[in-house]
Amino acid sequence: MVGGCRSPFARAGTDFKDVSPVDLARRTVVELVHRMNLDGNVVDEMFFGQVVPSPLIPNLAREVSLLSQFPRSIPAAAVNRACASANSAIAHGHDQILSGNAHVVIAGGAESLSDVPILHSRRMRDTLLALSKARGMGQRLKLIARIRPRDFIPLAPAIAEPSTGETMGQSAEKMAKENGISREAQDQIALRSHRLAAQGTEDGRLTAEIVPIFVKPGQPPVTSDNGIRKDTGLEQMAQLKPVFDRRYGTVTAANSSPLTDGASAVLLMSEEAARSLGYEPLAYIRSYAVAAIDPGEQLLMGPAFAVPRAMDRAGITFREFGLVEMHEAFASQVLSNIQALESKKWAEERLGRSEPVGQVDRDTLNVMGGSIAIGHPFGATGGRITLTLANEMKRRDVQFGLISVCAQGGMGFAMVLERS
Amino acid sequence: MNAFTIDRRDGIAKVVFDLPDQPVNKISKAVRDELDGILPDLARDPEVRAVVLLSGKPDNFIAGADIDEFVALESAEEALNLVRTGQALVNQFAELGKPVVAGIHGPCLGGGLETALACTYRVATDHPKTSLGLPEVQLGILPAAGGCQRLPRLIGARAALGIILAGKTVPAKRAKRMGLVDEVVHPAVLEQVALQAAGRLAEGWRPRRGRGGFAGLLLDRNPLGRRLVFSKASEQLRKQTGGHYPAPVAALDAVWHGLSRGLKAGLQREAEHFAELAVGDVSRKLVQIFFATTALKKDTGVDEEGPTPEPRKVVNLGIVGAGFMGAGIGGTAVTRAKVDVRFRDTAWEGIGNGLEATRKILKSGLKRRRISKYDFRRLDSLISGGVDWSGFGRADLVIEAVFEDLEIKHQVFSDLETQVREDCILASNTSTIPIAKIAEAVKHRERVIGMHFFSPVEKMPLLEVIVTKETAPWVTVTALTFGRKMGKTAIVTRDCPGFWVNRILSPYLNEAGRLVHEGVPIEEIDGVMKRFGFPVGPITLLDEVGLDVAQKASSVMHRAYGDRMSPIEGLKRMIDGGRQGRKNGRGFYRYEKGKRQGVDQAVYQIFQVEPSPVPETHVEQRLVLAMLNEAARALDECVIRSPRDGDIGAIFGIGFPPFRGGPLRHLDDMGVVRAVDTLEILAGAYGDRFSPAPNLKRMAEHGERFYSAA
Repeated sequence: MVGGCRSPFARAGTDFKDVSPVDLARRTVVELVHRMNLDGNVVDEMFFGQVVPSPLIPNLAREVSLLSQFPRSIPAAAVNRACASANSAIAHGHDQILSGNAHVVIAGGAESLSDVPILHSRRMRDTLLALSKARGMGQRLKLIARIRPRDFIPLAPAIAEPSTGETMGQSAEKMAKENGISREAQDQIALRSHRLAAQGTEDGRLTAEIVPIFVKPGQPPVTSDNGIRKDTGLEQMAQLKPVFDRRYGTVTAANSSPLTDGASAVLLMSEEAARSLGYEPLAYIRSYAVAAIDPGEQLLMGPAFAVPRAMDRAGITFREFGLVEMHEAFASQVLSNIQALESKKWAEERLGRSEPVGQVDRDTLNVMGGSIAIGHPFGATGGRITLTLANEMKRRDVQFGLISVCAQGGMGFAMVLERS
Repeated sequence: MNAFTIDRRDGIAKVVFDLPDQPVNKISKAVRDELDGILPDLARDPEVRAVVLLSGKPDNFIAGADIDEFVALESAEEALNLVRTGQALVNQFAELGKPVVAGIHGPCLGGGLETALACTYRVATDHPKTSLGLPEVQLGILPAAGGCQRLPRLIGARAALGIILAGKTVPAKRAKRMGLVDEVVHPAVLEQVALQAAGRLAEGWRPRRGRGGFAGLLLDRNPLGRRLVFSKASEQLRKQTGGHYPAPVAALDAVWHGLSRGLKAGLQREAEHFAELAVGDVSRKLVQIFFATTALKKDTGVDEEGPTPEPRKVVNLGIVGAGFMGAGIGGTAVTRAKVDVRFRDTAWEGIGNGLEATRKILKSGLKRRRISKYDFRRLDSLISGGVDWSGFGRADLVIEAVFEDLEIKHQVFSDLETQVREDCILASNTSTIPIAKIAEAVKHRERVIGMHFFSPVEKMPLLEVIVTKETAPWVTVTALTFGRKMGKTAIVTRDCPGFWVNRILSPYLNEAGRLVHEGVPIEEIDGVMKRFGFPVGPITLLDEVGLDVAQKASSVMHRAYGDRMSPIEGLKRMIDGGRQGRKNGRGFYRYEKGKRQGVDQAVYQIFQVEPSPVPETHVEQRLVLAMLNEAARALDECVIRSPRDGDIGAIFGIGFPPFRGGPLRHLDDMGVVRAVDTLEILAGAYGDRFSPAPNLKRMAEHGERFYSAA
């Protein structure tokens, strides 16, 4: 990985309300090209994550690879592994390079939750399809007469498991209860996320990776994430009502990641390509792993399974991680996973390991905050986390860094970065 | 010569025009002679029931009549003969007695379109290279092979006049909409469609053509409406040409005459007008300009001995300064040359405005259908900018367009050198600062060059490429080639204050200012020069350029050239009083909502005069000769490489009247001896600034001219 950048992350319906995810991704990649002084002709392939694509543009990645900065001959694929989509895009790039199929890959992701596709009801869809095939006025009128007011009720995509029907928030709520995670502990995680993200924005570490995006003519560009609250406090958070279990719940809007718009992109190269093109490697991908569990149990525990796998593949111990970036979908998910990673009992029962996976040092965890504060554009988050980790590893001169991301379907993704 | 191949099959003769050893098809004597043999034969042959005319060239139908034949004309009589043979040929197509279908792919212009108009049916391809038009008036003549007759009959007088009087070309799709062609098809099926149409026509089928609906009935197909259209057009022509260009006026007359007296009388009138115009002075001048610009396009701009280096590729353009000029350059570059444009400015606000202004130019390209929607989207993503130097490592050429201040420019150039590749050209868009001075800030001075664009860049056709003593030939060739890719007519000038255009403009504007000081009414000053043929007068030009900009340039010129360029005293007082010209709505003229109103009478108080009712006799001479004298002097100092470059620069850069051929051509025409005499009289009356340039005196003594008399 030789470099990367991302758009600012904006809460859905705010700054990027009128910017399509394709445009967000394209502008981010144009900036990547300029920041890296990249010759578009050297790029072999592109992968971009997107979780809720527009039905009109199913393959966002191709729209990016059709940017005029590149020849029109770069194949590109959209990747969907839910919240770990951009991570998977990067992993695909890594695999393509490792297998010798490619030398230079651009990988990343984009998401707009300001503009999600909303479907007609099944009955309405049937009627419309029939109408498009209908012959003659009579048939058409007959079909139109079939339409009832309730047919107009639209179907919005829910952030829910197709298999269990359980929403993400309900899963997070379940994890909080089953793992005994208090409201206060969750709010502490959220507070920490906001404080550290605000600090990273102020000292320019977070903004260094951000590409300013112009939205409206005559207005200044958007240059930073707009979900970070510098002055929030525990008392303020404590006043919020739980969303998913109004009476006995602990998961609130404050200790969950918000719906967000944004894009991210990183530039991957084989070592030889980097050297011959004159690029200094920022970080190496040492290993990665994906794990999946039964969505019927604790849905977001995937990382606890993926992390030891990636660690084993890298051949290192948890103690060697100088920095850890853990995606914060919900504070309860972060704390549940940490609890599992640190538990000897859990390691014995679930992994068959005699020792816990490792102690998560809070001083090296999400040192510039996480998705709760910065935001979580599903398809783009993986790129942001990878980029933030690599940049901070360089600043702190850390050898190993860990990425962990939970994803829908009971999946978890982990990646180990290394600096030589 | 065999330019035509004929293939007879199934009752249809396919005639393919492919002029040997020529890139394009044009109608010359040889072509006419060959057709004279072929057409009667086709008319007689009972097996042939219809004819299809196609071109054998890959992307060209017929570019027009052979211009060399027209240039060689020496008398009106010869011209009349030439045009009669042309008309006779086209008439043969019209009177073949059998349907003829023209299958048009590529440019179909002038005599080519007149031939197509004489056909029964026209099919054109939807390819971007396909365009139809009658550009004759641009060369000071009129369409005289029936174009003024058959076009209005086919598409109505209004649409026809739109094409003929402006010398316009239209793309195939618009041609279809106006009824100029009957069908528009994909190039791959052109021949097939044309043959099928010929087959149908042979069976007696006739196309149904719209007649312009109600508006057509009102304005084209009744004598009263037509009279209205023509009087409107005539009035507009008078305004546009100022009476200096007889061709469109003659064309209007030919169309009118033909519509009221019939085809034959119209053709006769066309021919008469052509004969007169073709050997007239205006046409000669316009043709000279045409040849000069054509030659300029092939000029490498380098005079060094040895092989000329190839221009290098410019794919990535960097622009420093996203202001009005920077955005103009960027917008034109992305629209015309389709390059990646990366801006750098000091603040995001500047970048935002620059990107917006750049996009506006690109959008107007889309509006004018210069680029397709797909292209627009692709090109749009090529526009970006930042407040750091990111992206400049990719640049093949960087154009600096920051504030006119040497210190700032030095900072920019020394920063640039640390950011760009070693083979990246560094250009400055300065209009006043010598390039060599700017180049002092860098180590590799051989790659520094001036690229002086004129404002507004997307509209002004000229580019001055300024070379210093150190500029490498490959840099000159590359900058020049890139300028042409941007659609500019580019001339190479030497590095001196004002370069060419501003150098000859400065004494002219100063003189205009002096006239104001003397109490000559401002309307009169502008009026005299408009009557001379300039698109706007000098005072209006000052307002357009911006008084502050003019003042700054003028003081630079004064420092460099001394008293003969001493600036207008009143100008400083105007600026101190908050007048900047059109851009802030206050100049010599008053402006309301961006529209120019009358002269601001308060200006006379600032100049401490009363407008004098006594006419000043020397207004035109003083203004014109101030410019011509400086032009001669600059040529003598080798600021330009040839009188041709100088004249083209003045015409495209200042709007020097094209029908006068440019300042140096104009000196030739007035006579160098007379120019020197007049200058001496003016010098006696108004001051030494009018002392004739040394070379003018020399030339007068030896009876020399700037151009050889041929």
